[in-house]
Amino acid sequence: MRPLDRNKPKTRMSNSTLLFIIAGIIFVLMYGIAIISFPVSFRQFQTFFDFFNLNAALFIVILGMCVVMIGGGIDISVGAVCGLVTMACAMLLQSGAGNIWGAFFLALGIGLAFGLMHGFLIAYLEIQPFIITLAGMFLAQGLLTTLHKEPLNVTNPAFVALRRYTIEIPWLGTVNRLGVFIPCEIKPSVIVVVVLIILYAAMMKWTRFGRNLYAVGGNRQSARMLGINVKQTIFLSYVLCGLTAGLSGFIFLLTTGAGNIGNGSLYEMRAIAANVMGGIMLNGGVGNLLGAPIGTLTLLTINELIRAAGVQSNLQAIISGLLLYVFIVLQSIIVSLRDRKQFKLALPSWLKLHRPQDEKIDH
Amino acid sequence: MARLKKQFDRMSHLVLPLSVLVVLLIINLIKGADYFKITLINGVLYGNIPNILFGASELVILSIGMTLVTAAARGQDISIGESGAISSAIFVQYVLSAGEVTIWTILAGFLISCAAGIVIGAFNGTLVAFFNVQPMVATLILFLGGRSIAFIIDGKVSPILANPISNQIGTVIPGIPIQTPIILTAVFIALVVVVLKTTNLRLYVEAVGVNPSAARLNGINPRKIIFLTFLIMGVCSAVAGFIAVNKVGRHDSVNLLKFIMMDAILAVALGGNSLAGGKFSITGSIIGAYTIEVLNRTLLRLEVNPEAIKTFKAVFIIILMVIASPVVRASARKLIDKGKTFFTGYSPGQTGALNKAVVSMTDSSAKKEE
Repeated sequence: MRPLDRNKPKTRMSNSTLLFIIAGIIFVLMYGIAIISFPVSFRQFQTFFDFFNLNAALFIVILGMCVVMIGGGIDISVGAVCGLVTMACAMLLQSGAGNIWGAFFLALGIGLAFGLMHGFLIAYLEIQPFIITLAGMFLAQGLLTTLHKEPLNVTNPAFVALRRYTIEIPWLGTVNRLGVFIPCEIKPSVIVVVVLIILYAAMMKWTRFGRNLYAVGGNRQSARMLGINVKQTIFLSYVLCGLTAGLSGFIFLLTTGAGNIGNGSLYEMRAIAANVMGGIMLNGGVGNLLGAPIGTLTLLTINELIRAAGVQSNLQAIISGLLLYVFIVLQSIIVSLRDRKQFKLALPSWLKLHRPQDEKIDH
Repeated sequence: MARLKKQFDRMSHLVLPLSVLVVLLIINLIKGADYFKITLINGVLYGNIPNILFGASELVILSIGMTLVTAAARGQDISIGESGAISSAIFVQYVLSAGEVTIWTILAGFLISCAAGIVIGAFNGTLVAFFNVQPMVATLILFLGGRSIAFIIDGKVSPILANPISNQIGTVIPGIPIQTPIILTAVFIALVVVVLKTTNLRLYVEAVGVNPSAARLNGINPRKIIFLTFLIMGVCSAVAGFIAVNKVGRHDSVNLLKFIMMDAILAVALGGNSLAGGKFSITGSIIGAYTIEVLNRTLLRLEVNPEAIKTFKAVFIIILMVIASPVVRASARKLIDKGKTFFTGYSPGQTGALNKAVVSMTDSSAKKEE
């Protein structure tokens, strides 16, 4: 007896994997270009770590956004929630009533509250996610300006100590001009980012919720037919996004040390851009979660590259827009070319089905 | 009678935005009875209502374009403010370089800015229609880079439009009692209505929005239609930019039409349109746009703390969307039906069975509607 699966076509690489590989190649290319054009700064490991050190909050926001985008939704309130959390935590720490843990749980609480609100309204009342999260954005911005308008510097000693705390990596570093070895430094928030990336990636890959989310994002109707609780899955994705937005606010405060109205502004747009660069589609159901940090790194590398090149500030925005354009077009062309090829292959695979019989006749 | 009912059914999607508008107006009336008072100052009508019409003019025009894009492309254009800023920057540069400003210079500048708007629309439309990029991602490019382009066209910080004709377009033309932006908006709406009534645009856009592949099988090219809606959006944003820059009198590339896409998308949703494409109602969007302007002005009139205005706006939107949500509507209808059967079907003896039968019928109908 011939094994049956011989007739099966070879398993194709999924679109998620393909887009993820493209994102990875683009990042490596961009970083390669950066190293070639500015070897002094980009060859140092510290430059790479500084992406994480300075943009830890952005990385976290993008993870939450990625989860929602895979589920076929969108959350444009993340930036505003992040800003609100920084201000609320700064006020709590400044008032002397709370310690770091208090601020941490306040951050999670605010994020959870927004997430629950969005999740309930979007999943169970079936309201369009864009409008609800837009309302959430207005709400967070309004609360932020009501709370405090001026920048608020946090002087809580425990918090400042935590903020100043750095972890040295003794086996990585550079030798400066005087011959002194300077080890690389990372902030505690970087560890949070890495842990979260691993957690989220594992969740999307191996848990029931993660697989359900892909199914729901791909096709809601068929997910329901498969017996997946669609509403609950969507609800949980928004709750997760809210939680991560809250956490990112706390990390933002750890990075900058001040509550400010402008904190986290336009993060939602940067998050969408980074996710798209990382191969996560806004339609839902497509994308590898690890693409989100890769897309963010690409975005940051481009920004850093343009800044290092000394381009006029107005041209910077235009050039990064153009690069985004190139990536989007590239992704779209590759995906559509691939679909076409699959279409052409339909006939041979149909012929293959009959091959065993043909062989018999030949014998 | 039946015809009237049919007409009413066709208008049923307008009930919500209209009732919201009425509620807001009543709140305003309670706050001060002179709300609808219109005064004649120097031969021009002023008052709350003209101010609302004046203030919402750009938003109305943009929400018309946004409705079409949303219906056909099943996504939103978030670069409308930026494309308005770019096209109006070109307009301002043309007018400033012309030397002597006549009505023809303004008109030529307007047409050039419309052409610029079409080019921007073509850029977005190509990405969405031919490269199958999601509209929001495609327009994100211009959203991020557009203001810088406008600034580079300006060359310096906010060039000033100091000529009498621009001033008249932004405020009033002597002898006409209505502010010019209101007239321009009315003309634009009339044009759109004529186009929608005389052409197949509405049918094609709705067909593409409901099901692109079905539309393609029926001989409509969905790519072409989506591209066309983006071109229309470009013209809309150019007109809005033209009005906005003439209103302000100078071109501020950073703040002109800033974040107006949020309000425009909101107007589309308030008008009862689905943001996932398909059937659309321009009337609803226009009412939605005016509702947003009334809401903004009501909050100011109620002397809400300016810092907290956004909070109130958010709460208002959430309440409105909850009322409009399909789930809440279905359960409300179920409740009403239950109440009806309770009152009408109450007769001793057979109430239980009858009630059950009627309730189960209404239940299934409600489920179908879900």
